[in-house]
Parts: sequence; C-alpha cells; structure tokens
Amino acid sequence: MEEWVIQTQDLTKRYGDFTAVDRLNLQVMAGEVFGLLGPNGSGKTTTILMLLGLTEPTEGSVRVLGLDPARQPLSVKAQVGYIPDQVGFYDDLTGRENLIYIAKLNGLPRAEAFRRIDEALNRVGLDEVADRPVGTYSRGMRQRLGVAEVLIKRPALIIMDEPTLGLDPEAARDFLGLIRNLKSQGITLLLSSHLLHQVQTVCDRVGLFHRGRMVLEGTVEELARRVLGGGYRVHVEAQGDPQAIEQSLRQLPEAKRVTRSGPDIYTVEGARDMRSEAARAVVQAGGALRSLRLEEPSLDDVYAHYFREVEDDRQS
Amino acid sequence: MTVSREWGRVREGSPWTGLWAVVAKEMADYLTGVRMRILEAIIVLTAFGTVFAAAENLRNTVGQDRFLFLRLFTVNVDPLPAFVGFLAFLVPLIAIALTFDSVNGEFNRRTLSRILAQPIYRDALLFGKFLAGLFTLALVLTTIWLLIFGLGLVRLGLPPSTEEVVRSLWFLLATVFYGGIWMALALLFSVRFRSPATAALASIAVWLFFAVFWSMIANVLAQLLFPLRYGLVQEVLAQSRASLFFSRISPITLYTEITLALLRPTVRAFGLILPTQLEGMILGSPLPLGQSLLLIWPQLTGLIAATVLLFALSYVWFQRQEIRA
Repeated sequence: MEEWVIQTQDLTKRYGDFTAVDRLNLQVMAGEVFGLLGPNGSGKTTTILMLLGLTEPTEGSVRVLGLDPARQPLSVKAQVGYIPDQVGFYDDLTGRENLIYIAKLNGLPRAEAFRRIDEALNRVGLDEVADRPVGTYSRGMRQRLGVAEVLIKRPALIIMDEPTLGLDPEAARDFLGLIRNLKSQGITLLLSSHLLHQVQTVCDRVGLFHRGRMVLEGTVEELARRVLGGGYRVHVEAQGDPQAIEQSLRQLPEAKRVTRSGPDIYTVEGARDMRSEAARAVVQAGGALRSLRLEEPSLDDVYAHYFREVEDDRQS
Repeated sequence: MTVSREWGRVREGSPWTGLWAVVAKEMADYLTGVRMRILEAIIVLTAFGTVFAAAENLRNTVGQDRFLFLRLFTVNVDPLPAFVGFLAFLVPLIAIALTFDSVNGEFNRRTLSRILAQPIYRDALLFGKFLAGLFTLALVLTTIWLLIFGLGLVRLGLPPSTEEVVRSLWFLLATVFYGGIWMALALLFSVRFRSPATAALASIAVWLFFAVFWSMIANVLAQLLFPLRYGLVQEVLAQSRASLFFSRISPITLYTEITLALLRPTVRAFGLILPTQLEGMILGSPLPLGQSLLLIWPQLTGLIAATVLLFALSYVWFQRQEIRA
C-alpha cells in the first residue's frame, strides 16, 4: 500500500486571470486526518475537485492512492468517498433508496449492496429512519446519510467539504465523533472547513489556505509555535503588589511575554506549560495565588494572528 | 473538461459505466411522478376523444377505403382536430415537461456533485437521462397506439391489414423521434440555464416560435428572396420551393409531412405538383410502403440528425461545466 494517500506537486488551477489554487504541494499520509482550513473562496473546494478528477488542473500533478484522477477517474472515484458541502439527496426517495442508487452506480452486486447498505446505515445510526423519505431528515441526519453513502464503497480515503457547517452544536459533536470512529478504522480523511475549533479536535495535521496558497502546514502545536511564538498561555490570578508580581513573572527564563489583562490577572506566554514556574514566581514576589489556568494553543488564535499579520503587511 | 492538453491520452473504462442504473432510476422517477400522470391523462383523453369521433364517422364509410384503420389517426370530425394534429401539438409539450429540469434540477438539489463523485463518467448521466425520457415517451405512445387499435377493432369491427400495422408502427417510431428532438432541446436548456423555470420557458418559447410563427416567417422569407416580378411560372415555382424549404427547418413541418405520407398512402409528393409530374399517374391510387418511406426518408433523417446535434451540443456544454455547487 502507498504510504502517501494524496500527493500533489505544484498543483495549479486558473480560471481566466483568477488563480484559484496556486502551486499547491500537499501530502497526506495513510491513516491520518488532514484539515484544509481557510476562508471561503481560498481554493479548498477547487483543490478537492481536482483530487477527485471532477476538474482538470491547469498545471502540476496529482496522485490519489497512487493514481492520476484525470486519467483514471473511475478507479479513483471507486475508492474515494466524497461528501460535498450541504450534501443533497433525492427528497422523495427514502434514505435506503438513495443508497441503493449509489450502490448501483458503483456496480455492486445486489446482495452485496444490500448487506453493505444495512451495515452503513447501522454504523451512522440511521437504521430506524432508513425507510422514511429523505425530505423528512434533519441536517445532521442528511450529513450522516452522506457518510453512510461513502461507506458503501468501503473507501480508503474520505473527503469531506465543510462537514460541520450548519449543524447545531450537538449534531456537530456527534458528527466529529463519527469522524474519529472512521479514523480508528484506518480510513484516511481529508476535511475542509472554516470552523476551526471543531476541526482542531479531530485533525492530526492541518494546512492553512489563503488566496489559493497553502501558507502554513503542520500539527496544531507546530503552527502555534511558529505563528504565536509560544503556544501555551498561563492565566495567573494573584493578589499582592502588581509590580512585584509582574516583575517576578518576567524574570522567568522561558516566558516570552507577560501581560496584565485585569486588576489581578496576568498572562504568561511560553513555548511549554509553565504553570509550576509561574506559581513559584508569584509566591516569591509575595503574592497570594488565587488560580492558575492553562490555555492550550487554539487554531482560532493561529488563524487570527496569521491573517492579522498578512493584512498588516499588505497595508504597509 | 475532457479537452486534454496531452494528445493521445485515453480515458480508462467505458463511458457508459452506470448508464443503466441512471436510466432505471430516472424512468422510475418519471413513471411514479405526478407530472407524468397529468401528461398521461391529457394525452389519453385527447386520443380517446378524437379517435372515438373518427371511428363513429368512419363506420358510415366502411368498405370504401383500403386503409380504414389509418384514417382513425387522420380523420377529423368538427370541432375536434385529427389525432395526428393533437400529437404534433402535445408531444413537444410532453417531451419538454419531462426533461426541462433534468440537469439543473440535480444541480439545485445539490445531488450532482455527489452523483459525479461515483465511478461513472458524465456521459452516462446525461445520456441516461435522455434515454430514460425517450423510453418513457415511447412507453406512453405505444400504450396509446395499442388503445387506438383496440378501440378501432371494437368500433369498426374490422381487423387492420398487415400494411396498416407496419405503417402505423413507422408512424409510432417517427413520433418518438419527434419527441426526441424536443427532449434534446429541453435537455440542452437544462444544462445551459441554472434555473429550471428559465429552461422551461426557453424551451416553450422555441416550440411556440416554430408552432405559430415559423410558417409565416417562411412565407415572408420566400416572398422577399424570390419575388414574383413578371408572374412567370418559374417564379411561382421558385417561391413555393423556397417557402417549403424554409418551413422544413421546423421539426413540426417535418413531422407533419412524415405522418401525412405514412398514414395517407395516396400522398406521393409535397408542395406544388406540376402537370408534367402527373403524367401517367393513376390519381388516388396508394403508394406501396417502400415508396412512402422513400418519400419521407429525408424528413426522418432530418429529425434524427437534429436530435443528435442538439444532444451533442448539450453534451459538450455539460462536459465543460463546472459542477461546484
């Protein structure tokens, strides 16, 4: 088996003068969950369409499961499941009938198709409503039916475009649980999203898109280190002489930045968890420690910080 | 976007993978849909009305005509038009009603990208939709054809001759292809326009144009291009030929000529006939089937060619379309 499930080299897509995807080099390993992140219109969907062979690249090359989606689209599409954003079904057919159509398009023999459909419906928890028309389904149920549909193929790779968009918090949480479940089965997943805090909890690695280019790539921690300098923030609440406490915290060797964010609240940023050092420093400065809270690096921060810098650069 | 940069690049697999799955699904949709039931009701009612009236009329003249059964289709009893007249009018409407939302409907339901992510080519989806429409139309028309024959047997009390059956089968085939051309047109608009309402209106506009205005325009064009300056026979002839030529651009004219030649075996030419052409001809004697077919062969090929052309155009458009929602 190929170790790299997705490999692109200088992948470029232009629509007239507009460059939707600009020299993208993306590598996704077997068994990992990769998140394509970025604002709307930054080239995520175009990238996905090129991976599926639904749009031809202008330049560069793509390999999905070792195949070229433009030359061997049928082999690629037989092994790759795709759930588009706001996935649509035939509303007047039942969930099961929708899946039967897909199974037929995949050329599955009848008995095998029925077995896989039952299995997939069971897996996503839709077996009780399978014989109701899809028109009566909620957004979350449709999204899960989308997962059931791709599971029929027994895919090696699943690509989801904005999977949690428009779901209520509970449905989104359920859905993320489903994604983790798929990952534990050894299926490689590629997600695109702009809802960062949700994606952060399931992705092994992420790539940040901006104007058609992948500007940052790595694990969330790596990105936080690179963009925010430090990744970890410790919020310290302490009573006592503010200047002394602040001074004492600043003297910690690994503290990158110390700010006073409230009357008795200080924030210490560092490359690692510095709770114990901070506590010691407060006590040494004669302060009374009230609380100590660690804030892990969040993609939202990375994102906001990165794009603020980009905007600043462009304005100056 | 199959226009590839590298020549000699071959797509893997057959473009028809999954074709029959698409056809089966679309036909099931048509046959269970409300839309289809309304269309069936309209066409069965008109067929019954016109043919019943014609049969009553023909009962008085039984024995005077060798092709009595064929006259069931063509005889009109005031105030009803003949059945073929109704068909020329209704078949385009049915064809358009079946296909005007076939591609843009998938797009608007957001099912298109999901379907095309399955291991099939776009060819299969488009061709499958077209075939399903054509099969459905053929099914409806065959049913009506059988009903008419049954009605004829009961009301006229005579069995049809072999030639009558063969001629009316050709007529059935021609009607299906006549529907095919409008179906291809509606399919083209459903690929071109994102809104089904626009596609439906555009198709109906084209149909109205040919049904109502084209014959007038053909006449005016002929008069402009071949004016009668001196009133010579040649001028009259040229003008009439031009008028016929222009009016044959309309599929409705082609279909009318086909039905005329097939169902009225005595018809041996269209347009103006010169006395010299009548020399040695026994007036009122029917042509054999082969000769009638020869007469309408250009019209029939024209209909099929136009269908293929329109379908090819929608195919090219569909291939080049971005399917992003």
